[in-house]
Amino acid sequence: MKSMWQRAGVMGAVWAASQSALADYAYNLQEPASQVAREVFHLHNLIMLVCVGIFIIVFGMMFYSLIKHRKSVGHKAAHFHENTTVEIIWTIIPFIILVGMAYPAAKVVIEMKDTSNPDMTVKITGYQWKWGYDYLNEGVHFYSTLATPREQIDGTAAKDEHYLLEVDDPMVVPVGKRVRLLITANDVIHSWWVPAFGVKQDGIPGFIRDSWFKADKIGTYRGQCAELCGKDHGFMPIVVKVVSEEDYKAWVAKKKGSAQAAAADNTKTFDVKELVERGEKVYQANCAACHQANGMGLPGVFPAMNGSKVATGPIAAHINIVVHGGRPGTAMVGFTDRLSDAEIAAVVTYERNAWDNKMGDAAQPADIAAARGGAAVAAAPTAQ
Amino acid sequence: MSDAAHAHDDHGHHAHPTGIMRWLTTTNHKDIGSLYLWFSLIMLFTAGSMALLIRSELFEPGMQLMHPDFFNQLTTMHGLIMIFGVIMPAFTGFANWQVPLMIGAPDMAFPRMNNWSFWLLPVAGIMLLGSFWLPGGAVAGGWTMYPPLFIQGGVSYDLTILAVHIMGLSSIMGSINIITTILNMRAPGLTLMKMPMFVWTWLITAYLLIATMPVLAGAVTMLLTDRNFGTHFFNAAGGGDPVMFQHIFWFFGHPEVYILILPAFGIVSQIIPTFSRKPLFGYASMVYATASIAILSFTVWAHHMFAVGMPVAAQLFFMFSTMLIAVPTGVKVFNWVATMWKGSLTFETPMLFAIAFVCLFTIGGFSGLVLAMAPVDIQLQDTYYVVAHFHYVLVSGALFSIFAGIYYWLPKWTGHMYNETLGKTHFWLSVIGMNIVFFPMHFLGLAGMPRRIPDYALQFTEFNQIATVGAFIFGFSQLIFLVLVLKTIKGGAKASDQVWEGAQGLEWTVPSPAPYHTFETAPVVK
Repeated sequence: MKSMWQRAGVMGAVWAASQSALADYAYNLQEPASQVAREVFHLHNLIMLVCVGIFIIVFGMMFYSLIKHRKSVGHKAAHFHENTTVEIIWTIIPFIILVGMAYPAAKVVIEMKDTSNPDMTVKITGYQWKWGYDYLNEGVHFYSTLATPREQIDGTAAKDEHYLLEVDDPMVVPVGKRVRLLITANDVIHSWWVPAFGVKQDGIPGFIRDSWFKADKIGTYRGQCAELCGKDHGFMPIVVKVVSEEDYKAWVAKKKGSAQAAAADNTKTFDVKELVERGEKVYQANCAACHQANGMGLPGVFPAMNGSKVATGPIAAHINIVVHGGRPGTAMVGFTDRLSDAEIAAVVTYERNAWDNKMGDAAQPADIAAARGGAAVAAAPTAQ
Repeated sequence: MSDAAHAHDDHGHHAHPTGIMRWLTTTNHKDIGSLYLWFSLIMLFTAGSMALLIRSELFEPGMQLMHPDFFNQLTTMHGLIMIFGVIMPAFTGFANWQVPLMIGAPDMAFPRMNNWSFWLLPVAGIMLLGSFWLPGGAVAGGWTMYPPLFIQGGVSYDLTILAVHIMGLSSIMGSINIITTILNMRAPGLTLMKMPMFVWTWLITAYLLIATMPVLAGAVTMLLTDRNFGTHFFNAAGGGDPVMFQHIFWFFGHPEVYILILPAFGIVSQIIPTFSRKPLFGYASMVYATASIAILSFTVWAHHMFAVGMPVAAQLFFMFSTMLIAVPTGVKVFNWVATMWKGSLTFETPMLFAIAFVCLFTIGGFSGLVLAMAPVDIQLQDTYYVVAHFHYVLVSGALFSIFAGIYYWLPKWTGHMYNETLGKTHFWLSVIGMNIVFFPMHFLGLAGMPRRIPDYALQFTEFNQIATVGAFIFGFSQLIFLVLVLKTIKGGAKASDQVWEGAQGLEWTVPSPAPYHTFETAPVVK
C-alpha cells in the first residue's frame, strides 16, 4: 500500500512539475508547503489514478461495444440479461478498492485532527469581511484586510500580480513550528483556508474549532475565505508570511510597539481636521464595504451615511451605534472590540463631516471610552 | 395550447372547460404532466439566463457588470430554481405522464390533489422570482441557506422560506400520489419485480421525498422563527448552534441529491435496453442497488460539512459511508454497460443522451469519490471543484436524462416524430458545450478558486474564460431544443404506436398520441 501510494505521489509530482511551464494553466492542487498538505496531494493523485484506470477499463468496454455491437454493422442482439457471478464480482472488486483507499485517507484524517503539542497558538476570527489574528502567547492582536485598491477591482487601474490576494497586515509565523489555530467568527460563518498548508476550517460564531499546520519553508502563502459570508466574501483573502525565527521575534516586537502607540492616542484630544483625516482611512477599511466610499450605501441592503439621520443627528446616538452595533439581526455589528477609542472617534467625526454631512462637530477618544462604559482600550481587548 | 385542448375534447367522456380553465382545473395525469414539464422548461431558461449572467461577470477578473450582492443573488436563485423549479418538476412531470401509462392505470390515484400539487409550484416560483424586486433584492445567502448569514437578509428571505415550504408541500403531495398509484393501481399481473425500472426508481424517490421534505420544512421554519420571533435555534449567543442547521439541512440535502438522480437512473434504464434491443442487464440488482443508494443516502450527510470541524470519529464514519455509496452506483454503471454489450445498437437522440449520461455522470461520480476522501475534501470543499462535481451530476446527469426522456417519449405524447437532425445537433452542442463549461472548473478548484465569488485572482483567468465561452454555447443550444419541441407538437412525421423498434412496456401498446384517457380497462400482464 505504502509503495503504491509513494509511486502515485512521484507520478503526481512529475506531472505537476511538467505543468509549471504552462504558467497559468494549473491542473493539480497547489504545491504543498506542509506535511499534511503533501499527504493530501499524494492521496489525491492516488485516487485520481484509480479513477482514471477504472474509467478507461469500463468505458473502453462501452466504446468497444458502441463500435462493434451496432445494428448498422449487422450485429444481432444477444439475449442474456443476468449473470450472478459477474454481478457479485463487480460488487466485491470496487469494495476492495475502496477499502484500499480508505486506509491511507483515514491516516491523514487522524493526523489532520491531531492538534496536540503546539509550539504556538493563534486565534483567528472571521469578520464581515476581514480576518482578526490574536497571538495568544505573545499578546499581539491585529486585523488583516484586503489591500487591493478599489480602482483595480473596478478596472480603472492595472491589476497587480497578487490581485485580490494581498492584505494590509499579513499573519506571520516562524518556519518549522507547529502552529495551532483556534478558529472562530464574529458574525457569520467564514472559513480560513490556506491551500499550501492543507488547512481549511470554518469559523463558527460562538464556537471555537481548532486546526494546525507546520510550514516547511520560508515564503508567502495565500488563501481565501471559503464559506459564503455575504457581499464581500470574495474580498477577504488570507496571507501568511512564513519567516525565520529571528524575523518572527523582530516582527512581534514591532507589533507590540505599534500597539503602545495606539494606546497612547486614546488619551489625546484631536481637532476636527486631524480626526477627519484619520477617520477616512478607518472608514475605508471598516465601513466602506457596506456603506460605500461615497457614503451612499446600497439601497435596501445597507443604509446611506450621507444625510442619514444617525450621522446628522445627536452625536451620542451615533457613537452608540458604532460602538455597540445597530439593530439586532442586521449586519451592523458593534466595533467595541475591533477599533480603539481614537479610531472610533475618528470615524464618527469623519462620517459627520464627509460628503454632504457638514456637522462640524467632533467625537473625542474620551467620549468613546465613556460610551463603552469603561476605561480606554487599545485595539486588543481580547488578546490576554 | 387551446387548439390542443379542443382536439382532446373529442376524446373526453364529458365536457371539459376550455382555454385557461382547462389547465387550471385539470385532473388528467397527462395534462398535469405537461404542465409540470412546461413549468420546468420555462424555469430552465430563467435560471439558465442567471447562469449566463454569472458566467459573464466571471469572464475576466474585476467587477464589470454587477454588484457583488447581486452576483450572490444570482448564484443563490440559480441554485434554488434549478433544483426546485427545473429538475424536480421535470421528473414529476415524467412521473405523471409515464407512471400510469407504464403500469396500466387510468390515472393517478388522487387526481385532484395532483392538480393542487402542480398549481402550488407557480405560486412558489412567483414568490422566488418576485423577490428580485423587493427592497434589498432576492436572497443572496446561497441555496443552502446557512445561518447566521441567512438571518441577516431582508424580507425576501422570509418570502423564500415560505416558497420552500410551498414547494415542499407540492413535493410531498406529489409523492403520496405516486406511491399510492404505484402500490395500488398496477395492472393485474404486473408484480413489483416486473415493474419498469423508471417506476421503481420513482417509487423509491417518492419515499425519499416524504422522508426528507418535512426535515427541510423544519429547518427553514426554525430559520423563520429565528429571524422573526426571537428564537435562538441557530444563534450561539442564545444557546443555539449554527452548525445544527447544517446537520438538519444536509439530512434533507443528501437524500435530495438522490431525489434528483434516481429518476434519471430510471429513464436511462428504459432507454438503453430499447436502443440496445436487449433486456436490461441485472434488473434485480438494479432494484437492490437503487434501494441501497436510497438507504445509504441517509447516512452520509455530514460529508458536506467536513470543514466545519467534526471529531475524528465522525469524519471517518462519514468518509467511509460516503465511499460505500460508490459500490451500488458502480453496479448501476456496470449494468448499463453490460446491457449495451452484444446488443444491436442504434444511436437515435434519446440513446445519445443516455450514453452521454452514463459516461459523464460517471465523471461526476468519480469526482464525488475524490471528494469523499475527507482530507482531500478539506482542500476542495467550497471550491470550483465542487461546482464541477455537482454540475456533472446534475447537468450531464439529471438534465441530460430529462432530455433523453423527452426525446424518447415525445413521439408517444404528441403522435409526431421529432426532427432527428435537430435532435442530434442539440445533443452534440450540449455535450460539447457542457464539457467546455464544467471540465475546466475541476482545475480551478484544484488550483484554489473558491466558489460563490464574483471576482477572482489573475491565475484563474484562462479557465474561467474557457468556461464562459462553453456556457454560452451550452445555453444557446438549448434554444434548438425549444424549437424542436414546439415543431414536434405542431407536426412532423406520424409516430407509430410502437415508436421505437426495441421498446418494451405498456406505454407502447396505446396509440400515438396517447389518447386523453388510457387503460380505462386494465390490461393484463403475463
